[in-house]
Amino acid sequence: MIMIVNICSNNLHYFEFVKPIEDVLIKNNFEFKTRFYKKLKPELITKADKLIISGTSIKDNNFLENLKFFNWIKDFEKPILGICGGMHIIGLTYNGRIKKQQEIGLTKIYFRDEFLGLKENVEVYELHNYCVKSNEFENFAESMNCPQATKHKNKPFFGVLFHPEVRNKNLIVAFGKLK
Amino acid sequence: MKCAVLFSGGKDSAYAAYLTKKYGHDISCLIAIFSKNPESFMFHTPSISKVEKQAKAMGVPIIIQKTKGVKEKELKDLECAIKKSKDQYGIEAVITGTVESAYQASRVQKICDKLNLDCFNPLWQKDQFELLKDIINNKFEVVITGVFAYPMDESWLGRIIDEDFLKDIKELHKMYKINPAGEGGEFETYVLSCPLFSKKLRIKKKIVTGKRNSWTMEIDVT
Repeated sequence: MIMIVNICSNNLHYFEFVKPIEDVLIKNNFEFKTRFYKKLKPELITKADKLIISGTSIKDNNFLENLKFFNWIKDFEKPILGICGGMHIIGLTYNGRIKKQQEIGLTKIYFRDEFLGLKENVEVYELHNYCVKSNEFENFAESMNCPQATKHKNKPFFGVLFHPEVRNKNLIVAFGKLK
Repeated sequence: MKCAVLFSGGKDSAYAAYLTKKYGHDISCLIAIFSKNPESFMFHTPSISKVEKQAKAMGVPIIIQKTKGVKEKELKDLECAIKKSKDQYGIEAVITGTVESAYQASRVQKICDKLNLDCFNPLWQKDQFELLKDIINNKFEVVITGVFAYPMDESWLGRIIDEDFLKDIKELHKMYKINPAGEGGEFETYVLSCPLFSKKLRIKKKIVTGKRNSWTMEIDVT
């Protein structure tokens, strides 16, 4: 089972940042559950085979003031995919530093190595006001001096600053199929 | 949250407005942009009087902004209208009915960010058939007022989005790759009634013009 962690503090944002991820999983026959991050019970985290932490609106930074709800990440050993805000969360859990950097819309980035099925030049959809850099992650692609695709050096934790649920839905499928 | 809905009178913006209300937010006003450029990437609003009647049926004020539809100037005009809604009605967020267009979504996001407003796109990336089904199941009465893609012809004008329409559009999608939600400008819709309206609108007059695979039905509603 894949656990989707919804970080949207406004219920109407669910449709924009979480439902498109659910739709990809439904279309590709993955079993999943979705929970708001403040209501995520430890037993559900234990049951999950993988975890996807969603993004949220650029005005919604509520999760940054509530990082204590993500302390479980430090002990988690199974794959995590953090999307935008979700990437901020996993980066900040591992001594990352946040910086202001806005990017909105379609942009081309270059993957120097294959990353969940993406390689070389790829058009991605951006919607962020911040990015996070952590020395404990290896970068696969950057733009505007922000890591766009990262993987933890020792754990199966992936972060993307762009939104694969908008363009590059196959990245989510590739993550779902990880052994 | 007090919201302004970018409103074209068609099914997507009306359904986005419906979700806004359903999830506990206030629709403080509608914003309708009328572009003189029929090729506009941003706006597809058919006529001022028709959206005014919908706003009246919803019981919400409407801000009308005209634009020449020159690419960057029309974004300035949109910003102007959104700012007006913030000043007049104290809105905190803008709602759009954008489904697929990254061009539209990113432009509105940038304007909202500049004006310190949140932006909601509740139909974003939604499966187009699911969207049509939701519209039918939630008792929206939506009429086809324009068709602009092969092999659609004048026989489609005046059709209501119902199960039969869904079946036929599925067929066109399969054979001709017609976008089932019409977001690529394949067809144009007008909402006659939905759960947000206090009364149903009725077509009292229609004028059909066009040729081959480009047809428009100008309607007058009451």
